Amino acid sequence: MAFYVLLEWVISLLLIAGGVFAFVGSLGMLQFKDFFMRLHGPTKGTTLGIGCILMASMVYFSVVQPGIHVQELLITLFLFITAPVTGHMLAKTGLHMHLRYTRDTRGSPPELRDEDVGQGRVERPPRPRRPASEGQKRRWRLRR
Amino acid sequence: MLDTALWISLALIVAALAMNVARLARGPDIPDRLLALDTIYVNSIALIVLLGLWLNTKVYFEAAILIAMLGFVSTMAICRYLLRGDIIE
Amino acid sequence: MTSLGRLLPTPTLSLVLLIIWLLLVRSLAPGQLLLGVLLAMGIPLLTRRLWEPLPRVRHPWTLCRFVARVLWDILKANLEVSYLILKPGRAPRPGFVEYPLLVREPLTITLLANTITLTPGTVSTNIRLDRSTLLIHVLDLDDEQALVEAIRTRYERPLKEIFEC
Repeated sequence: MAFYVLLEWVISLLLIAGGVFAFVGSLGMLQFKDFFMRLHGPTKGTTLGIGCILMASMVYFSVVQPGIHVQELLITLFLFITAPVTGHMLAKTGLHMHLRYTRDTRGSPPELRDEDVGQGRVERPPRPRRPASEGQKRRWRLRR
Repeated sequence: MLDTALWISLALIVAALAMNVARLARGPDIPDRLLALDTIYVNSIALIVLLGLWLNTKVYFEAAILIAMLGFVSTMAICRYLLRGDIIE
Repeated sequence: MTSLGRLLPTPTLSLVLLIIWLLLVRSLAPGQLLLGVLLAMGIPLLTRRLWEPLPRVRHPWTLCRFVARVLWDILKANLEVSYLILKPGRAPRPGFVEYPLLVREPLTITLLANTITLTPGTVSTNIRLDRSTLLIHVLDLDDEQALVEAIRTRYERPLKEIFEC
C-alpha cells in the first residue's frame, strides 16, 4: 500500500515539475529581450517539462493498467533529439536574417558565408549598423 | 492528490500556451513567431498527454506522436525556406 | 560480404526500427512481430544510399557515463535557466562565442551541438561548413575561456574518445 502512495507522490511530483518547467520555458520566451535569448527557454525548459509529463504518464499507466507502458519513451526521445535541431535551425535563421540582439551582448556573430546558407530566393535584409540611430533605439526599447 | 497535481499541471500548461500565443501575436520578426509556433506544438503535446491522464485512456497517444512529428517537420521546412529560399533542392 | 551482411547492412538500425514499430503498434502479436521484422529489414535496404557510414562506438562504457552526465546536466541547466528567467533585478549578460572544434566526424559534431544546446545556458547557432568552429550563443556569459574549457573537457573529449579514439 505504501508503495502506491509513494508512486502517487512520484507521479504528482513529475506532473508538477513538468508543468513548472514548461511554464518557465514559455515565460522566458515571452520576457527576454532579443530573439537569441528567447531561444533558450523553449529549447531547454519546455523540452524537459514535457519529458517530465511523459514520464509521469508512463509511470501512471504502468501502475493502473496491466503491462508496462513505455510508448511515451518514443515521444520523449523524439523530442529530446529534435528540440536542439529545431533550436539550431531557428538560431541560424535568426543569424541569416540579421535579427537584432541586445546591446549588452558580448561578441558579435560573424557574417554567415554563402556556403553556410546557400543561394536562396528569399532576400536577405541588409545588416543593420551596430550603433543604432535614435529612432532605432526608441523602437528597440518599445519592442523589448 | 493526483487530481490536484493534474489540475496544477494543466493550469501551468495552459498559462504557457497563453504566453506562447502572446509571443506569436507580438513577435517582432518571423523567427520569433516560428519559435512561438514550435513551442505551441510542444505544449499542446503536453496538453494531450494530460488529457489522456485525465480520461485514463491511451487513445490520444497517436495524436501526440503525430503532432510531435508534424511540428518538427513543419518548423524545419519553414526554417529551410527562410534560409535557402527552397525546401527541397 | 556475406549474404547476411548484404541483407542486414546496419543491424543496429534494424533493431531500433523493430523496437519502434513494436512500440507504435503496442502489441507483441506474431503478426506484428513479422511485419516489424520485414520493415526493419526493408527500410535500411531502401534508404541505404542516404546513410553515411557511421563511426563505431569504441568505448560503450564511456558512452553510458556520457549519457548519464548529459542527463544530469540537462536537469542542472534547466534549474539555472529557470533561475535566470525568474530572478528579478540583474539582467543576464548574453554573448556569442566561437568554439574551435576538435572533432571532425559529422555525427560527433552533431552530437556535440545537440549536447551544447541541451545543457547550461548555451545554444549552438552555426557550424562552419569546413567544420572548424561552432558558434554558440550563451545566455549568461561569465568567462569565455572558462566556458570553452568546460565544454572541451566535459563533452568534447568524451565524445572524441567514444567515436574517434
